[in-house]
Amino acid sequence: MNILELTALLGAGACAAGFVGSLTGLGGGVVIVPLLTLGLGVDIRYAVGTALVSVIATSSGAAAAYVREGYSNLRLGIFFEVATTLGAVAGAFVATWAPTRAIAIVFGLVLLSSAAFSWQRHPAAVRDAPPDPLAVRLKLAGSFPEAGGMREYAPRKIPLAFSLMGCAGVLSGLLGIGSGAFKVLAMDRVMRLPYKVSTTTSNFMIGVTAAASAGIYVSRGYVDPGLAMPVVLGVLAGAAIGTRVLATARTAALRLFFTAVIVVLAVEMIVQGVKGAV
Amino acid sequence: MAESADERRSRSVGSLLRAGVMLAAAVVAAGAIPYLVAHGLDRPDYSVFRGEPKILRSATGIVRDALSGDSRGILQLGILILIATPVARVVLLLADFVRDRDGLYVVVTAVVLGVLAYSLLGSGFL
Repeated sequence: MNILELTALLGAGACAAGFVGSLTGLGGGVVIVPLLTLGLGVDIRYAVGTALVSVIATSSGAAAAYVREGYSNLRLGIFFEVATTLGAVAGAFVATWAPTRAIAIVFGLVLLSSAAFSWQRHPAAVRDAPPDPLAVRLKLAGSFPEAGGMREYAPRKIPLAFSLMGCAGVLSGLLGIGSGAFKVLAMDRVMRLPYKVSTTTSNFMIGVTAAASAGIYVSRGYVDPGLAMPVVLGVLAGAAIGTRVLATARTAALRLFFTAVIVVLAVEMIVQGVKGAV
Repeated sequence: MAESADERRSRSVGSLLRAGVMLAAAVVAAGAIPYLVAHGLDRPDYSVFRGEPKILRSATGIVRDALSGDSRGILQLGILILIATPVARVVLLLADFVRDRDGLYVVVTAVVLGVLAYSLLGSGFL
C-alpha cells in the first residue's frame, strides 16, 4: 500500500467517524483508533495523536451547526468545561503512575452496564419537578428545536453531574479516549436532559477537553501531518452530513445508535486494558 | 432580554467555529496537493513509533516550517489552526461575558482559559 491509498482509506474511515461522532456526542476515536492500529498496523501513539485531531474536528465542525441551531447549551457547556479541563490536566499528570489498564477495564464495564440501562425512559414525574435552584442561579435552563417548535427544559442534579464531568476529564487525560461517552451519560442519565441537548452539548465540550491535551500530544511528536490530513478532511465531511441527519432523526433511533457505539467502545476499552495497550 | 443575548452569543460562537474549521480545512487541502505529489507513491511506515521531527512539535517550529514551503509543515499548520479553534471559542465567550457584565460566567470562562493556557504552555508546545 502506498501513501495515496492510505490517504483514501483513512479519509473514508474518518468520514464515518465524523458522522458517528456528530450524531452521538462522542469524538470518533472509537472508529479512528482501531482502524489505524488493527486495520493499518499503525503504532498506538500515532493513532492516539490522530484520534485527538479527529475529536477536535468533530467537535468544532458539528458544533458550528448545533450552536447556531440552538441544540447545544452554551452556558452548561462552558460551566462543565471547568470540570473537564481540570480533570484532563489532573489525568495527564497522574497517567505515568496510575493503573491505566485497570481503569480502562473498569471504564469498559461501566459503559456496558450503562448500555444495559439505556432503554429506561425518563419518568414524567421527574420532568415536571420544580427547577434546581442552582440551575436557576447559573442560568442553565434552555430550550431546543423539536417538531412543533421550541421545547423548554431545566437541568437538575448539577453538583453530581459536575463531579461526573471531572471524572470524564480525568479519563480523557489518562486514556486519551472515551470522555464523550461519560459526558453524554452524565447529562442524559443523571441530569435527565433532552437527548439531543445531551449529545450536542457533549459535542460542544469535547473539543476543549481535547485541546487541553493537544499541546502534550504535539510536543511528544504523536501528531503526524500525513495521518492527520485525511482525518481532518474526512471528519469535517462526515460531521456536515451528521448534523443534517440529527435535526430530523428520531430520538429513539439516535439512542439506539449511541448504545450500539458505546458497546463497541466498551469492548475496545476492555481489550486494550487486557492487552496493556493504554 | 437575556434570551436575545444568548441567541446572539450562539450565532457568534457558531460563526467563529465555522471560520476556524474552514480555514484549517483550506490550509490542510493546500498542503495535501504538494504532499501527495511528492510522497503519494512512497510506502507509509507508521508501524514503529519514531515521533515527528522537532520542528513539527512546537507552534513556532510549525509556522517556520510551513513558511519555508515544506508540504508537511503546511499540513501541520492546518492542524495547528484546528487546535486553536476551540481555544479561540473560549476567548470569544470570555470577551462576550465581559461585555455583558455577566460576572459569574466571566469567572467560569476565565478558569477554563487559564487551565487551557497552563496545559498548552506547560507542555513546551508554545
